[in-house]
Amino acid sequence: MRRSPLLWFSVAGVFAFLYIPLIVVVVFSFNDSKLNAGWVGFTFKWYQILVNDKAMIDAAINSLIIAFTASFLATLLGTMAGIAMYRYKTRFLPFMTLTPLAMPEILLGVSLLLFFISVLGTESLSLFTVIIAHTTFCIGFVAIIVRARLTGMDESIFEAARDLGATPWKTFRIITFPLIMPAVIAGMLMSFTLSIDDFVITFFTAGVGVPTLPLTIYTMIKIAVTPEVNALSTLMMLLTLGMIVIASRVAPGFLEKSEHIGEDQ
Amino acid sequence: MSNHTASRIRGERLVKYSIITPPFLFLLMFFLFPALIMVVASFRFPGEFGGLAPLFRTEDGTGGLTLENYRLFFSSSNYAWIFLRSFGVAALTTVICLFMAYPVATLIARSPKKSRDLLVLLCVLPFASNFLVRVYAWMIIFQPFNMMHSRLAVIVGMVYVHLPFMILPLYTNLEKHDPTLLDAAQDLGANAWQRFWRVTFPMSLPGIFSGAVLVFIPVLGMFAIPEILGGKDDWLVGNMIKEAFLGARDWPFGSMLSMIMTITVLMLVALSAWFARKGVYRA
Repeated sequence: MRRSPLLWFSVAGVFAFLYIPLIVVVVFSFNDSKLNAGWVGFTFKWYQILVNDKAMIDAAINSLIIAFTASFLATLLGTMAGIAMYRYKTRFLPFMTLTPLAMPEILLGVSLLLFFISVLGTESLSLFTVIIAHTTFCIGFVAIIVRARLTGMDESIFEAARDLGATPWKTFRIITFPLIMPAVIAGMLMSFTLSIDDFVITFFTAGVGVPTLPLTIYTMIKIAVTPEVNALSTLMMLLTLGMIVIASRVAPGFLEKSEHIGEDQ
Repeated sequence: MSNHTASRIRGERLVKYSIITPPFLFLLMFFLFPALIMVVASFRFPGEFGGLAPLFRTEDGTGGLTLENYRLFFSSSNYAWIFLRSFGVAALTTVICLFMAYPVATLIARSPKKSRDLLVLLCVLPFASNFLVRVYAWMIIFQPFNMMHSRLAVIVGMVYVHLPFMILPLYTNLEKHDPTLLDAAQDLGANAWQRFWRVTFPMSLPGIFSGAVLVFIPVLGMFAIPEILGGKDDWLVGNMIKEAFLGARDWPFGSMLSMIMTITVLMLVALSAWFARKGVYRA
């Protein structure tokens, strides 16, 4: 009854604003013209160029190595941090875990750049430094998701396990871990997505030797734009889309959990 | 028995520290320590070939600590002006995002429970594309209309990239409102506008503030959008920081700018937390 046509109209406008640019990118990735202006004809040419582009494949491999390693490390450390923040009264850990999420990315990027160069030396920027940097900002996201999952749970089951004589490790293994499993997986997928999509922090910590996919897109749109960028963009959209679908299947509450990230800061 | 209890307590303490220590040490090393390096670097001299001069004064008179970087910032109105412009762009982006997000969040919150998840998914789905892809999309759209390298292009890009950060917290807030309050307002003779302005809006202030923080802060630090969509006049603080570190390689100056930005951001977060709490009490 309270749905005025004005409301529907403005919402439709916002959704058009959200989707039309992306549709344009996808459509032009199939366009048989070097320019992103005007439809010429359908082609898979840009995808063929893309998969035969040696530099692009190297960048993709780098991105995948970084995303796999960083999301694994972040999930491990973030799960620990999430459990610790739920169970123990530590003030410092939440501060260190959540502050990187509230800061503009550039600040984390430049402070890590300063750290790596002044502690490890000028030649230190490499895959390793990018992995460390990505892990640092992903820990907080995993921790929030894991803590949110634990907060919704009945504490008495942990007490029951203890009263029945389970050791802390056994309680963790047979009670806590299976219960937080969906949150852990959701956190891992989220870290993977954040890592593979990250541009700003990678930009400062990668140096020249480690091109990733976002860094390659940046160079391409700054120097020479061809529809190859559109093809790459389309493929990356599909990849991230796949991750979101998996995440929402594995952990149905995934989307609601990530909504609360905003409230946490 | 008491022996058993003692070993259990020891076991639990062991668990506690083995859970807390790894993330703690990692973040100490790679978050807090780098931040401290940056604080110190903002008081140092730049090195001869970029980077940093020695921390302690050497015999030939280089290195040591100084307030020069901060003096430089306050000595010219240029820097303050860029900070002010960044605030302007961030504020404008936040307000536009709010106006666009409100109807969407309202519609989702009023939809039947089943379709809410789908609608939320539709709002975050554009996020499945890379940030640079979303900026690139606007390059394609702006180019034929000759609108590239303009302030307008920067604002549109900023709004586009940050809009979901406003929609989600706002929706999470609106969803919690009790619909009977609006019925009560209607029964008491409030018209649609009054129901919104006197009931819904004040109650949604906490959502607005958390959304505003999530939009305002990243915009302040953004360098890619002004660089790609904007012209040289559209540089924001983020561009200055990037340029100081990678272009001029004057790290102390870049660190000083980062410090000023950090302090600004922390004040904004504190301020908005305070406002949000006030909003809750009012509602």
